[in-house]
Amino acid sequence: MKHLMTPLDFSVEELEKLFLLANDIERHPDKYAHDCDGKILATCFYEPSTRTRLSFESAMLRLGGQVLGFSDAASSSASKGESVSDTIRVISCFAHICAMRHHKEGAPMVAATKSTIPVINAGDGGHQHPTQTLTDLLTIRSMKGRLNNFTVGLCGDLKFGRTVHSLIHALIRYSGIRFIFISPEELRVPDYIIEELREKQIPFEEVIRLEDVMGSLDLLYMTRVQRERFFNEEDYVRLKDFYILDKKKMNLAKSDMLVLHPLPRVNEISVEIDNDPRAVYFKQVQYGVYVRMALILTLLGIR
Amino acid sequence: MLNVGQIEEGYVLDHIPAGKSLSIYYHLQLDQPDCSVAIIKNARSNKMGKKDILKVECDIDALDLDVLAVIDHNITVNVIKDGEIIEKKALVLPGEITNILKCKNPRCITSIEQELPHIFVLADEEKEIYRCKYCEEKYDMTRFE
Repeated sequence: MKHLMTPLDFSVEELEKLFLLANDIERHPDKYAHDCDGKILATCFYEPSTRTRLSFESAMLRLGGQVLGFSDAASSSASKGESVSDTIRVISCFAHICAMRHHKEGAPMVAATKSTIPVINAGDGGHQHPTQTLTDLLTIRSMKGRLNNFTVGLCGDLKFGRTVHSLIHALIRYSGIRFIFISPEELRVPDYIIEELREKQIPFEEVIRLEDVMGSLDLLYMTRVQRERFFNEEDYVRLKDFYILDKKKMNLAKSDMLVLHPLPRVNEISVEIDNDPRAVYFKQVQYGVYVRMALILTLLGIR
Repeated sequence: MLNVGQIEEGYVLDHIPAGKSLSIYYHLQLDQPDCSVAIIKNARSNKMGKKDILKVECDIDALDLDVLAVIDHNITVNVIKDGEIIEKKALVLPGEITNILKCKNPRCITSIEQELPHIFVLADEEKEIYRCKYCEEKYDMTRFE
């Protein structure tokens, strides 16, 4: 039985199959509309995350399956002190597959070791969020037709952003990837990732201003720079505009560059570029549903 | 040189960095079994200047050498049977260790889940880096006390 704990649990070949399946679902949704008839997905969310939970539920419902679960720890037996190990044993009796989000890092892995049904990590603290990475990869692959030979700009909070770290690890398995990290000094990519890139001889550069590199990017992955991450208000005020994507900056970009964002967006992407065909962050949400559909079918062994 | 009597069956753990023998004594749980243990501290050593030695009289299957490898894989392990050294064991860092290290990440599931074993996986043999199986928190074994 296979689970999904990190994006690297799937080999490049397995991911390729998953993405082909997701693209087929996108083209022929009716073909898959009854694949999960009689199957139940449990969404065990120990911390609230409406979008991810609804994406999983939408995926299962579109496959003909049903869903049950809880959306915060207070409404689960965790509030009575039940362990994750015990909860998953119980959930295994109710459902055929489980998506789990937990504030403690490694909780879905503990669940997977005790579970008799496939477990999907739907986010564990600041650790992993593999279905977001699969979503990012599927979006890039679907829009560009490949996952290799890109100059990838990652912008904003590169220190604490788990989606950024996961995406870097997932992309370095493909050839011809070059990274440009765009962030304030305080929010640089962690040293261990820099060391890893150097060891693997993956080209990268670190810059402070987005404008300086806009023209060389094939992909731009935006994240939010939060005020509370800065040591002082002065630095925040001085730097924040460097990381806000607006029309002026988009004018410097290639005509086929893609802008991605894991959402929710606050003010780091101006709404004035929402209609720019290069802004694909809402398409990304749609691909998130397709990739979760493909994942459910794969882990249940249906396709 | 201090003389400690020969043992019939057990181990002589040699080339322990000076001062580490007591830590090893407790990590190997040598206070628990009913066996004779000699702790020699600060013995003269050509190779190390000063070293500690542990002589343990016990069944030769009784010691968990994985623990020893984690503490210091440069320690020499002499296996003794019928008063003779029958084998010198090389210590290699185990691929996975259970309940030797405790994960210190307060966000790790091990901080709340009852009776969950603390499992660390060898991530980099050369740099002696282990990572928590659950949260991937890094642990540098060269700083192991």
